[in-house]
Amino acid sequence: MPDAVAHRFQIGDRVKVREAYPIGHVRTPYYVRGKCGVIERVCGAFPNPEELAYAREGRPAQPLYRVRFVQRELWTDYAGQPVDVVEVEIYQHWLEAEGPQP
Amino acid sequence: MGGLPAGAVEPSEHDYALWEKRVDALMMLLSRKDRQLLTVDELRRNIESLGPEAYDEMTYYERWIYAITQTLIQRGVITVDELGRKIEAVKTREAQRA
Repeated sequence: MPDAVAHRFQIGDRVKVREAYPIGHVRTPYYVRGKCGVIERVCGAFPNPEELAYAREGRPAQPLYRVRFVQRELWTDYAGQPVDVVEVEIYQHWLEAEGPQP
Repeated sequence: MGGLPAGAVEPSEHDYALWEKRVDALMMLLSRKDRQLLTVDELRRNIESLGPEAYDEMTYYERWIYAITQTLIQRGVITVDELGRKIEAVKTREAQRA
């Protein structure tokens, strides 16, 4: 088994967070599930916390990305500036490739 | 909690009680690379499984010691029976001291 899963995304890629709600220990916040963002940086690859939380190895390591979301796309009643963003670190297995912004 | 609405964050300095420092030390010792009796992810999972009511009622280090204990039981490092007997013994000891 390889030590880490290959990276699928690069800085600037548009991605969509999977809209899944499994039970268990998931680090992907509810408020970004099903939302689109842009890869801000590649953080490296780390053992999967969903497995570590149950005392397992979490290997192969999953690539981790910092994904940038526009606040107004996350919160319909967001009252701040349209340029405001929030960045969330998300593991690759929660991300899907998304086409360019319509 | 979990992205739910909450009040403003109130930053405050706070002197740690001896037991709180001990809980912190326990966590550091148990998670050390050469020991690895628990991971921070197990700690988080056990804290998050407390449920909203208990989460709000317990203090920070109360949540930690609860989660550390749960993890050690889940991993078989300690048994429920050992824990119960030890707590009983400590209570008796402290009562005699008082």
